[in-house]
Amino acid sequence: MDLKLDHHTRDGIEVVDVEGEIDVYTAPRLRELLIELVNNGHYQLVVNMEKVEFLDSTGLGVLVGGLKRVRAHDGSLDLVCTQERILKIFRITGLTKVFGIHDTVDEAITARKSEK
Amino acid sequence: MSFTPLPVHVRTARLVATAVARRSGVEEALLDEVRLAVGEACSRAVEAHQAQCPDEPVRVELTGAKGRFEVVVTDAAAAGQDDVTSPSAQPAGWPGPGNGVPNGTSALDPSVPPQGLGLAVIAGLADDVQFARTPAGLSIKMSWPTTATG
Repeated sequence: MDLKLDHHTRDGIEVVDVEGEIDVYTAPRLRELLIELVNNGHYQLVVNMEKVEFLDSTGLGVLVGGLKRVRAHDGSLDLVCTQERILKIFRITGLTKVFGIHDTVDEAITARKSEK
Repeated sequence: MSFTPLPVHVRTARLVATAVARRSGVEEALLDEVRLAVGEACSRAVEAHQAQCPDEPVRVELTGAKGRFEVVVTDAAAAGQDDVTSPSAQPAGWPGPGNGVPNGTSALDPSVPPQGLGLAVIAGLADDVQFARTPAGLSIKMSWPTTATG
């Protein structure tokens, strides 16, 4: 399956919905979207990965790149993911300690708001 | 099989490998690991070929025998790009607790992970993995147990 991307603003936070496979072929599209959002002044991001079917190290790199960009503006990038096969990749690479990973978009937004 | 080193073909390669793994008797619970590990190995090979030998195909061997399903991904990029001697150490250049900022990523694009991250993922996923640097390039041999008698 290809990669589908969508985004919307909710409570002042930009939610990016990702569906499909994030790999060496499709990851550049996600990278471009994250860069575009940051360039447009969106520094509080939640990436909803509940419909992601595949994620590799290229995708991890894009997410880390996005995190780096928003943090340069004192922003944040949180993830929504409950799929064990995706979470496993974050654990293997130690990135569970870097990203805030939540069960739902609501939870991610609530957590972010409470930190403000 | 071999394929032109283009990112678009990596998905096909990992799907084929997963299908052959299933047919060879690899347990369903392990197929995700096969898919990801083969995808990582092929992605790394494609990037190496694009940098050094874009006209050379990437080679993937899929074999099942003696209770193991084995995948060997071989590139033809002779110059070393990875420190294959310690793939598990590669994430050291990755964000650590508390900073969240990669300090070992590409100087050209901060979104691009260090080459070794893919190798670290492979090392963490494959039931058995061996890296071999030859004059021709890097060979990554991975294997998983099968339930089929062969």
